[in-house]
Amino acid sequence: MSIRTVRHSMRWATSAACAGALLLAGCGNAVEGASSAGSTAPSSVAATSASSSAASSSAAASSSPASAAAAAEPVTIADSWVKSTVGTQDPTMTAAFGVLTNHTDQDLTIVSATNDVTDRTELHEMAMVDGAMVMRPIAGGIPIPANGSTTLEPGGLHVMIMDATTPITPGDDVHVTLTLSDGSTMLFHATAKEFAGANESYDGGTSGAMDMSTTGAMDMGSSAAESSHQHSDSEATHSDG
Amino acid sequence: MADGSGESPRLYSRRRLLLSSAAAAAGGAATVAIGGGVALADSRTPPAPPPVASSESVPADAIGSATVPFHGVHQAGISTPAQAHATFCAFDLRDGVDAVGLTKLLKILTDDLERISAGRPALGDTAPELATTPARLTVTIGFGPTLFDKVGLAAARPAGFVELPAFAEIDQLETRYSGGDLILQIAADDPLTVAHAQRILLKDTRAFAATRWVQRGFLRARGSGAEGTTPRNLMGQVDGTVNPRTDTEFDAQVWSAGPGWFAGGSMMVLRRIRMDMNKWDALDRSAMETTIGRRLSNGAPLTGVNEHDEPDLKATDATGLLAIADFAHLRLARGDGPAPQILRRAYNYDDSPAADGDSDLGLVFCSFQADIERQFIPMQQRLAAGDLLNEWTTPIGSAVFAVPPGCQPGGFIGEGLLT
Repeated sequence: MSIRTVRHSMRWATSAACAGALLLAGCGNAVEGASSAGSTAPSSVAATSASSSAASSSAAASSSPASAAAAAEPVTIADSWVKSTVGTQDPTMTAAFGVLTNHTDQDLTIVSATNDVTDRTELHEMAMVDGAMVMRPIAGGIPIPANGSTTLEPGGLHVMIMDATTPITPGDDVHVTLTLSDGSTMLFHATAKEFAGANESYDGGTSGAMDMSTTGAMDMGSSAAESSHQHSDSEATHSDG
Repeated sequence: MADGSGESPRLYSRRRLLLSSAAAAAGGAATVAIGGGVALADSRTPPAPPPVASSESVPADAIGSATVPFHGVHQAGISTPAQAHATFCAFDLRDGVDAVGLTKLLKILTDDLERISAGRPALGDTAPELATTPARLTVTIGFGPTLFDKVGLAAARPAGFVELPAFAEIDQLETRYSGGDLILQIAADDPLTVAHAQRILLKDTRAFAATRWVQRGFLRARGSGAEGTTPRNLMGQVDGTVNPRTDTEFDAQVWSAGPGWFAGGSMMVLRRIRMDMNKWDALDRSAMETTIGRRLSNGAPLTGVNEHDEPDLKATDATGLLAIADFAHLRLARGDGPAPQILRRAYNYDDSPAADGDSDLGLVFCSFQADIERQFIPMQQRLAAGDLLNEWTTPIGSAVFAVPPGCQPGGFIGEGLLT
């Protein structure tokens, strides 16, 4: 589904100017230092105008400089990953994270998302509801300021992957397609990692218009979640789609 | 032999007998017994002058911010001058983890290593502040012999990558320090950096592999002496003098020429060697030096003055005995002819002492060589049969790993084997 709707494919971007890699301090052995002194940029994936069918194969990575990709693409993502569902309280839900950068001079918003593993993807924010932090769909989408970045991270904004029917295990790749407010889309892939956090309660209502009957806990382990009242069963949680 | 009383008939000699006896006797007797001109001269050798401190001003975080490039033809952490701290983590693949699963693990680990080697936190790091002091962090990945079988790639096992034979004269191996499908050698000049990297990497590995054992080691702190100083072990010996240094030497001794996917790789031997310090303490200084064939003061061969002087294996002392004894560690490690050398990258360990104060310490001996069968095993066989040092040391752990070549950006460690 989602893959076909994408008009962009991803490309690994490699930075020749990664700041962290410049600190060689004269300690690198000549043999090891024979390769480029640089390091890869965060596993950034830039949208391109190529056909989506190239998406899966491009994971093998061409190494175009990030600067080139950045110049060509309005929005890029770095450090993308997704929480594995193995061993979590509710393995039907997980989330994808990363750092989105808007290379244009106009504010953009992620208005919707799809993924290639489940049929339901939401854009979430964290909010305080009745004294507990919960995650819930963000009204109006996730903004990315002009020439700025937005970080998707555990405990913050994230792309919520829901209704998973098969486990997302460590090392699996999930492909996520974001639709932006200018009508464009971008595809990125996120590799699953084991992660103990990101267990916030899920508030299934839309921001400011919640239906408490459709809420439930995503996972256990968060004290905030455990102390909240939102422990309806998973059926209720997922029935509002 | 386990208690150190065994003698190798082939290498029996008068001096060996005297030295062996000295190990169990009062230290004073050994001085008289050994009494060669070389030994006497040793005690008069002045200590090496202290290294001159650099007058250049260096940033306060010069040691902590230093990085070693992750990408390259070879993996980092082999030719890298040994960092001050290292942890060796061995794993066994979980049931059902095949070549596909191993590939996933190695891709995750490669991504982690690209980041943490550069002082950037791994994805999902909940303590990212600990990642920003790389302190020359390197993580070196190796594959145990059993890994090749488990993922159905036995045919791809590199030539010369063999299990070590039993060294019955000396080995008292314990399972808790031996074997493993996979190794991560995590090394840095800062112990907190090593610990944090270990935690991150264990979290990312545990879905694929169970931890089999972990061994920690240390050297002197970086900056405590001149760069390039050969490390000392806990017996005080200068250990690693004849290591390869030039690219040509590394190509000849350390890096595999292939064929195929393993070109640029290396082979790791890890041996946990317990030192019986109580017995060793019974030796006088010249007996200690005769055992090794090098001076304790600066590591010079007993026939030389400076550490890197070429030993004269034929020289005799005033009594007509070989100046570097036939049982000396130096002689046996070298062999008679142009025996292939290895890269020693050993670390000290010092675990909790017993109630009576006996130390539990020794060496996490780690060596890299292009071919275990051709380089390490003949050397270890000579040492097992004849090294007098065996009286005071006992191998209690042993493992071998094939260390794949390095990778370039976009690739992953082990890609040559798995793709």
